Amino acid sequence: MFKKILIANRGEIAVRVIRACRELGIRSVAVYSDVDRASLHVIKADEAYYLGPTAATESYLNIARILDVARRAGADAIHPGYGFLSENAKFARACARTGIKFIGPTGDAMETMGSKTGARRAMERAGIPFVPGSLRGLASAEEAEKVAEQIGYPVMLKAASGGGGKGMRLVHERAELRPALEGAKSEAARSFGDDEVYIEKAIVRPRHIEMQILGDEHGHVVYLGERECSIQRRHQKVVEEAPSAIVDDDMRRRMGEIAVRVARAANYTNAGTVEFLVDAEKNFYFLEMNTRLQVEHPVTELVTGLDLVHLQILIASGGELPFQQEHVTTRGHAIECRICAEDPDNHFFPSPGKITMLVAPAGPGIRHDSGSYEGWTVPIDYDPLLAKLIGYGSDRNQATTRLQRALAEYFICGIKTNIPLFQRILRDPDFQAARLDTGYLERLLGGPSEPQASSEGAKVAAIATALFAAMEGAGAPAEATPVNSANWKRAALRDGLR
Amino acid sequence: MTYEVSIDGRLYRVDLAQKDGQWHCSVDGSPVEVDAVLVRPNELSLIISGVPGGISGGVAFDVKREKSPQETHLWISSSRYKAEVRDPRSLQSRRSGVGEAEGTKKILASMPGKIVRVLVSARDPVEAGQGVVVVEAMKMQNELKSPKQGTVQKILVDEGASVNAGDVLLVIE
Repeated sequence: MFKKILIANRGEIAVRVIRACRELGIRSVAVYSDVDRASLHVIKADEAYYLGPTAATESYLNIARILDVARRAGADAIHPGYGFLSENAKFARACARTGIKFIGPTGDAMETMGSKTGARRAMERAGIPFVPGSLRGLASAEEAEKVAEQIGYPVMLKAASGGGGKGMRLVHERAELRPALEGAKSEAARSFGDDEVYIEKAIVRPRHIEMQILGDEHGHVVYLGERECSIQRRHQKVVEEAPSAIVDDDMRRRMGEIAVRVARAANYTNAGTVEFLVDAEKNFYFLEMNTRLQVEHPVTELVTGLDLVHLQILIASGGELPFQQEHVTTRGHAIECRICAEDPDNHFFPSPGKITMLVAPAGPGIRHDSGSYEGWTVPIDYDPLLAKLIGYGSDRNQATTRLQRALAEYFICGIKTNIPLFQRILRDPDFQAARLDTGYLERLLGGPSEPQASSEGAKVAAIATALFAAMEGAGAPAEATPVNSANWKRAALRDGLR
Repeated sequence: MTYEVSIDGRLYRVDLAQKDGQWHCSVDGSPVEVDAVLVRPNELSLIISGVPGGISGGVAFDVKREKSPQETHLWISSSRYKAEVRDPRSLQSRRSGVGEAEGTKKILASMPGKIVRVLVSARDPVEAGQGVVVVEAMKMQNELKSPKQGTVQKILVDEGASVNAGDVLLVIE
């Protein structure tokens, strides 16, 4: 087993990995940029090292600096978290060359899966069902038109190196195809430095369901069940849950076995996720593989009872998976909300700044994986994810009501957060009936939002406003506090003299 | 003590008197008994009983206050209320603070960020709703628009500059 792990990340995921290290008796090493000196992961870790300037390219994306710190700190492994260098084959290989274990798949497996067209070719050889379309980048607009005629409109144009919805275009008819292709190519070139764009049949109102897999370095691969991730905004997941309301045991087994075959085709090791699009008839198609730990891994942990980060570390240290496929069972239901520093009333604009008050929810069935604290200033420079709030219950309804209760307890002040969005989603009848697809959230946000403030509440607010003014203006609490502390001091003094 | 309080734009007259640790209170003339404890800065626990002189206890509210340099909000469970105490002095200072004097509008940074692009030059004519400056924060670019038709009087930031919330970026005349 490793003695010391460097976490090449920040925010809630760095804290998540530090906690796993503590549980396993492994020393944790945090790294930080200029703006992150007071961030939670630095406070929680056993050791912390300065990495570089705030810009991610000079800190969390700087391979040479991270490896240099790892060597100096004497770390024998690196956990990349998600984002940043987690899916960077060069980084995985550089770790291997330096003799530091990368906790994740090999650079080769990442490369096979990193290019969406490369992954499609590998999957075709392995006989995996995927959405009909081109296996390579489109050479010309003529070719695009030909393929689109063959598979039928609507079609989706996608960047081969893409992610996060960049370089993606939905095309309804032939006349839209050429301009959309131009747009997708230039966006792909700008975003990923690669203008390869391919074409796929567009599945109308698909669900996005993904399968968690784990593979050890001795050839043993298992699947841990699915996650429903259809609630998305601009192709970014917002709410995830496990299990999916539409997946039964038979479908789970079929999806799981295909996910295992995908992993084997890429000689995949460690934790990974195989994403599928599912159409209205429950046909599922391979979409892509994410070669890292996912943001939404806690929902799988809650329903399987497994700790994915513990298992990642065990696998990377050369251990064998301690269970067989038939031992993997799921129990209950888990739903995750990605709490972000963004303003749902103002086009979800980022809302960085100082958190002046933070009251975190707790109680039955609630897990709160956070990277923030009261008094911390959320920097503008990185992802706006503050925390993940996960509700667990014996069934979907109980998980939902627990989460609603927890969201009402949750209070973050000083910055705007998307907490009200989750309250709106969780009370929506379509959500409660699990009528979901990837267009769900756009439709919900396009609809009317009910007024929330009551006149009774406004009256209480008026009383409270006057009381705040009276208590502070009259100096009542300001006087009360010193009196109290003086009493404490006097009591302590008395005790000390006794 | 009498306070004139505005909640989400509606005015309330709140009378307060303290006796035996209890607040005798009336809102727009109707009396309410309130037991109030400041549990920590910016958080009040209220127990409100409708009937004066009745049993001690009633409906409990946890009220949290969110203050920013510009405005104050109160949170009661998941509802948020914009709150203002009206007294003659603050009313006056608010009036003079508004940047509307002589039809001039200031474009302020709504959040800390970096100026990606300034889309206009000094003395350019602008339309209402026309984008004038692009600010980037948290990997997202936001275009700020002119609130009125007019002329760019002043540009106070350069491309690439870091700005804080509330900084004046441009002045439109």
